[in-house]
Amino acid sequence: MRAPSVFARAIGRGQAGLAGARAARVLPATRLGGPMPWVIAIMAALTVLAAGGALALANFAERTRAGLEGGLTVQIVEADPAARDGQAARAAQALARQPGVASVRPVPRDELARLVEPWLGEAAQSDAVALPALIDVALAGPADEARLSRLRSELARVAPAARLDPQADWLGPVFETIRALRWLALTLIAMLTAASAAAVWLAARNAFDANRETIEIVHHLGGNDTQIAGIFQRSVLIDSALGAVLGAVLGAAVLVLLGERFGALQSGVVESGSLSTLDWLGVALVPVVMVGVALLTARRTVMVRLGRML
Amino acid sequence: MMAGSEDIVRFDNVGLRYGIGGEVLSDLTFTLHAGRFYFLTGASGAGKTSLLKLLYLAQRPSRGAIRMFGGDVITLPRARLPALRRRLGVVFQDFRLVRHLSAFDNVALPLRLSGVREDELRQPVADMLDWVGLGARSDARPATLSGGEQQRVAIARAVIARPELLVADEPTGNVDPEMAVKLLRLFEALNRLGTTVVVATHDVHLLRQVPDSLIMRLDNGRMSDPTGALRYPPRREPAPARA
Repeated sequence: MRAPSVFARAIGRGQAGLAGARAARVLPATRLGGPMPWVIAIMAALTVLAAGGALALANFAERTRAGLEGGLTVQIVEADPAARDGQAARAAQALARQPGVASVRPVPRDELARLVEPWLGEAAQSDAVALPALIDVALAGPADEARLSRLRSELARVAPAARLDPQADWLGPVFETIRALRWLALTLIAMLTAASAAAVWLAARNAFDANRETIEIVHHLGGNDTQIAGIFQRSVLIDSALGAVLGAVLGAAVLVLLGERFGALQSGVVESGSLSTLDWLGVALVPVVMVGVALLTARRTVMVRLGRML
Repeated sequence: MMAGSEDIVRFDNVGLRYGIGGEVLSDLTFTLHAGRFYFLTGASGAGKTSLLKLLYLAQRPSRGAIRMFGGDVITLPRARLPALRRRLGVVFQDFRLVRHLSAFDNVALPLRLSGVREDELRQPVADMLDWVGLGARSDARPATLSGGEQQRVAIARAVIARPELLVADEPTGNVDPEMAVKLLRLFEALNRLGTTVVVATHDVHLLRQVPDSLIMRLDNGRMSDPTGALRYPPRREPAPARA
């Protein structure tokens, strides 16, 4: 009896992979299915929000610090108006002569009065309240200790009532809080990534168990671990990509809306925390990273389970 | 054994136990030669399926040594087992068809795993399904096929890639006598092309259908006739291997 022609055609084939649509056909079309794409979508949305928040805080801190880095405030705390004005004038002249000082601006009396008016009321405009004289100084570089010490010595010589304060010091606690919030956001991102990986791990494990019979058949027919893991990776790629893109788009939309809301406040502080193009590219990496984490997690999960089979 | 024939499988003092139970296979020492046709017989529970599991690499023995295709299976790294499995064809007693795949896709699976292109496999798979009488049912899922039809799909899948060793566990158990003989002819055709065939069966009538076959008999996990002397009709020396 003549043998079917197939016998001559399938001989000596190598170890080429089962990939692409052919691989997808081996597992049921339902793929991992279930809630995984939605879980990934929620995680991606939250991660985008956390990443956007962390970047905005970093921008705010960086831009504010840059603005205040070389800023100094000199107060002449003297009750006698004549002595105060004399010391202020001498201090301003002395500071302007110092190397590394970019600008010196004595704050006009009426501007100072307007600044404190919300607290002191109309009394701020009279001499009834002795306000200190203020000089706004900008250094060409950062206000390091050596420079401050030199300026303090000079001020002590020409204006004994002068007090010099780096402006960055005032916002020190604010910067500390921002730093803590950034760490919180990064921790949140790490936890969300771990939660996503855990969701994929559970889904891949359940899918493996649900398709164990098929996997064993493929295994017995000579399918290697990489081929079998590839079948799952394809399913995870589709599910996680759908979820991650959907979540990232939702998260980015919320970020844009929040940005517009804050922008409407027309506050320089808020605007300094806006996201740059590079930041948006970073946010766009979130779904990519999530899909990558999902793929690696699924592959690892399946490989470990396959490793228990002969 | 016969001179000049290649040993495709060699068992040396092999024993197998599951868990902490007693040995289901004991002291198995035998050789399978390339290009021969073997029947494995024995009563239910004699250990036929366990022996076949060792042959198709679903199980490692508890003791002893197994060499296949010239390599030591016991010490072979797990990562190299798939390559070895692709040289085997297996007909499982319970068919083990992929439930959500059509008959065509089930038969095509070994070829796809081996990287055969779709345009290359389409005709051979169709030919094979025709051969087993299922050409008209190539799109049918296993659940819609009868037991006998599923068995024929399983056999087609096992032989499609022309394995070097075909292991079949009761391959004709669910088909009518006419189809059983036809399937045996398929195995013989494969055997004539050089494939070593091992068929486990209860059916003594089948043994008569392959005149040059050798018979191995298991009794309570022990090989009682590793030389094939119990073949029909008995003969003392195995026939030379066919090309």
